[in-house]
Amino acid sequence: MIEFTDVVKSYTVGNTALNGVTMQIEDGEFAFLVGPSGSGKSTILKLITGELRPTSGTVHVNGYSLERIRKREIPYLRRTLGVVFQDFRLIPNMSVHDNVAFAMRVVGAREKDIKDRVDYVLDLVGLENKSRRLPGEMSGGEQQRLAIARALVNNPSTIIADEPTGNLDPARSFEIMTLLQEINNLGTTVMVVTHEKGLVERFSNRVIAINEGTVISDGMDGYYRYEDQ
Amino acid sequence: MTEWTGIIAMKINNIGYLTREGIRSIFLHGLMSFASVCVTVACLIIVGSFSTLMYNLNIMVEDLNQTNQVIAYVDSALTDAEAKSVGTKINMISNIQQATYVSREEALQNFVNDHGNDDAFLGLDPSNFRHRFVVVLEDNALMETTVETLKQVPGVVNIDAEYELAEGFTTISSVLHLASFAVIAVLLVVSLLIISNTVKLAMYDRKDEIAIMKMVGATNGFIRFPFVVEGFLLGIVGAAIAFGLEWAMYDTMVSKIAQVDALGLFSFVPFADLLVPMVATFAAAGLFVGIVGSLTAISKFLDV
Repeated sequence: MIEFTDVVKSYTVGNTALNGVTMQIEDGEFAFLVGPSGSGKSTILKLITGELRPTSGTVHVNGYSLERIRKREIPYLRRTLGVVFQDFRLIPNMSVHDNVAFAMRVVGAREKDIKDRVDYVLDLVGLENKSRRLPGEMSGGEQQRLAIARALVNNPSTIIADEPTGNLDPARSFEIMTLLQEINNLGTTVMVVTHEKGLVERFSNRVIAINEGTVISDGMDGYYRYEDQ
Repeated sequence: MTEWTGIIAMKINNIGYLTREGIRSIFLHGLMSFASVCVTVACLIIVGSFSTLMYNLNIMVEDLNQTNQVIAYVDSALTDAEAKSVGTKINMISNIQQATYVSREEALQNFVNDHGNDDAFLGLDPSNFRHRFVVVLEDNALMETTVETLKQVPGVVNIDAEYELAEGFTTISSVLHLASFAVIAVLLVVSLLIISNTVKLAMYDRKDEIAIMKMVGATNGFIRFPFVVEGFLLGIVGAAIAFGLEWAMYDTMVSKIAQVDALGLFSFVPFADLLVPMVATFAAAGLFVGIVGSLTAISKFLDV
């Protein structure tokens, strides 16, 4: 579960990125976070992953209180999250298999478990026949599916996707969103940060709209206020 | 669980994987590895060469200093046996390394020899000379104090000592010690900075990889381990190459100097005598530079 309560985040005096954000995403939910550039979306993501601490208010993510989390606990918080980025952030000199296996090795998994689980998630994202390829040898859509496989491999309770379709054409974007929807149907909480209105409307999920560091709308079925702000 | 207990808690297969990753990384980032080794070799050779040079110079000055001996003349009224017995008391004085007895007859013979066996000295009576002791001091810097003590020994009537020469050697030796210490310290610091910067460049090359590791939940210990393995191996390889080159250069230099030094002014310690301290110093420096360089360089990239 992700829970923000009256969260303020100021970088310097007079530069407030979030100004009293309160929101809650329950376990198993699928939510879009939308908003224009500079609205505070990235700050929310950084607060969730422990890269930043709130100036005031409370942030709870999967049982961790981010306002008082200790540095050495952050890796363990991140293991409950699977993060997908717009620019994929794959390790270019590692094969598809190793990019995914790497995330399991980080948590000290056994080799046999790694092999079984990596094969399973590559199959889930449709990359079972490309496990020996390098990321650079694949299309953008395939690279993003690989990034999703890596995010999924440790069976996190939450997937955070930051503009996952930003570098993809409409057909590949739809494919990726469908994949994320399927992952959500399996019980994983999914939060997608995007500014692609068409996609948001097409998937009819909960949409949290943010502007100038404040939640301006939180609606179901793809509804949100955005342009009229 | 702390970072380091986290490492200890890692399963054996993880340690094996991380070690393999450290080794693989050396070859994967071949150019940076090559640069790190080259810089380590260059710096260690510079420091090593200067250290061995200064070490030899210090020994040469010490040897020259040892030639500045003190002569203690014995009362001419004493018999040979009585004069010899004075040596027991002289040898008991601290700072005296050795006191060698020279009889009147030997003193005369030495005198004649020193004057080219000139006929004019033939038939000279040994009684014109005194029994004496040629005294070698452990530390010529303490010559004045030791001579004062020598004067108190019953039977010793006169002392011949070159205080100015001893002071000169002591000053040269002190300056050499200070200069070598200062230069070696500066060279070491400069070398560490250069090597540390090279390692930092290598780390910068991999900052994205480190950021991804952090994002998927890697502990700092997990990230550091392969870098430590890498630093360890690069440091030890650099030290081994530097040691081999230093040895070859030293032997070549010593044999070249010996060829041109007809007067035998220079005497160098054989490299074999320096083997143990050199191996220990190079290995320690290589490991220190490799491991500490890696750990300090990586720290700034771990704060994500």
